[in-house]
Amino acid sequence: MDFSIFGYQFMQNAILSAFLGGIACATIGVFVVLMHMPFIGVCMSHAAFAGALLGLWLGFNPLVGAFGVSLLSAAIIGPLADRGELSPETSIGVIFSLMLGLAFLFMGLMPGTKSGALELLWGSILTNTRSDIILLGIVAFVVVALVFLFYKEIQATIFNRDTALAVGIPAAVFLYGILFLTGATITASLRSIGGLLIFSLILNPAAAAYQLTYNMKTMFLLAAAFGVLSGWVGLLFSYFFNLPSGATIVVTSSVIFLIAAIFSPKRKVKGWQSKPLQEEQP
Amino acid sequence: MDNELIVIDNAVVSYREDIALRGVSLKVSKGEFVGIIGPNGAGKTTLLTVVNGMGKLLAGKVRVLGHYLRSGNGHSLRKKVGYVPQVQNIDPRMPICVREVVMIGRYGILGILSRPGRDDYEIVDEAIELVGMSHLARRPIGHLSGGELQRVSIARALAQQPEMLLLDEPTASLDWKAQSDILELVKMVHDTRFLTTLFVTHDLSCLPVTCDRVVLMKEGIIWGEGPPEELLTDDNLSRLYDMPVSVVRSRREKAVPVHL
Repeated sequence: MDFSIFGYQFMQNAILSAFLGGIACATIGVFVVLMHMPFIGVCMSHAAFAGALLGLWLGFNPLVGAFGVSLLSAAIIGPLADRGELSPETSIGVIFSLMLGLAFLFMGLMPGTKSGALELLWGSILTNTRSDIILLGIVAFVVVALVFLFYKEIQATIFNRDTALAVGIPAAVFLYGILFLTGATITASLRSIGGLLIFSLILNPAAAAYQLTYNMKTMFLLAAAFGVLSGWVGLLFSYFFNLPSGATIVVTSSVIFLIAAIFSPKRKVKGWQSKPLQEEQP
Repeated sequence: MDNELIVIDNAVVSYREDIALRGVSLKVSKGEFVGIIGPNGAGKTTLLTVVNGMGKLLAGKVRVLGHYLRSGNGHSLRKKVGYVPQVQNIDPRMPICVREVVMIGRYGILGILSRPGRDDYEIVDEAIELVGMSHLARRPIGHLSGGELQRVSIARALAQQPEMLLLDEPTASLDWKAQSDILELVKMVHDTRFLTTLFVTHDLSCLPVTCDRVVLMKEGIIWGEGPPEELLTDDNLSRLYDMPVSVVRSRREKAVPVHL
């Protein structure tokens, strides 16, 4: 195999971006999967896409638009999820379609070439610049640091928000914190992976890890490993077969999920139960 | 005065256009075991949310363990109050084991940024042993039966080392054996931990007969309170549940009372 590709600056940038983006997205994915709110993530990533296009159209930084509009959508969806009284799917569906509609509306209104818009749609990890990597690095660091610092509160909130509230944890603060981090992660990864595909990189690695473990810490670690692996393997395929990188990354993450689902011990509940339980280890 | 852990004075609570509590007053002393019964929609759960600081008062005053209820200030109160809800639906694949779920009871008290230490693990393991779940401590929480889940909920509430225990229909949707086991456990826990306990149920056969006091609720008001043997007459129950006296009588005769 020819390893000279690693000598190129753009490839080094891409590998680093895939590493940082993979960790941030997969960590967010664990929240999304365990809190049973995948559709909220889809909605927020499309909102970020619409926000970025708004920025391109009106001539301000697309990432500012992406962050603003994804947080706006979280501000609308969050209370629906928080109250949990009625299934929020319908309202989220309406907001989701509105965001997709707005995205294409802004694209239509944009004068001149649409290449910038298409880049945000499909992502272009191979053209990532130093500033993109710095942004991704900051977001990945903040996400991982917050999970590390607030692990027990996050674990309780993910397990059951009512229970977390009942033991004296301000569960709503953590729910909104998680939505905020989701918005930040989507925004930082938007240029690398693209608005249409980013959500797969959030969902698939975490969903794959979910198949394989009954331990939440292991799930975070596995998800991050799968996220990074998806990015790197996807990059290789993209380079060697001259394919769009966002698409190969997402397809790789789906294949990882498929393999995890096939080999999931959770599918064989009987076999798991027949194993003797481990002794107490304080 | 100090002996009264809960003082609710003329509380009014409303959800949207429905009024859930219409001027409820109740005092509960330290060490009491109070059963709250009434039909669905009587405001029993709302009364518990008022006690653990989650209710939004429209009018009235509530003082619990020295805390006055205001919106948004309940977190410090809830650390001292153990809460056991109805059997919850839990994702069978949820990556969290019984011992970790019980440990959640320590999280509020520990506070932000501190990690559970050896003492916390001792408290948790003791609570797990008290509810008879030590053999399942490493089991994923989603793999338990309804009765086992309620034992875990009780253990989690005990891990808080609470001064007060609130139980909201803890036996609903359990089978008969599990119901009586949970009732027995609740009474035992109340006695050995010197707790003050509020027990909500719509089902008379699920009320420990050794309650010190019962409170009857209907349509958002307290309809009567007193010792169970005086209050739980066929006549009162027939009016509480809108059923003819003869039906109430035959149902009670069929029901097997739980003697603890």
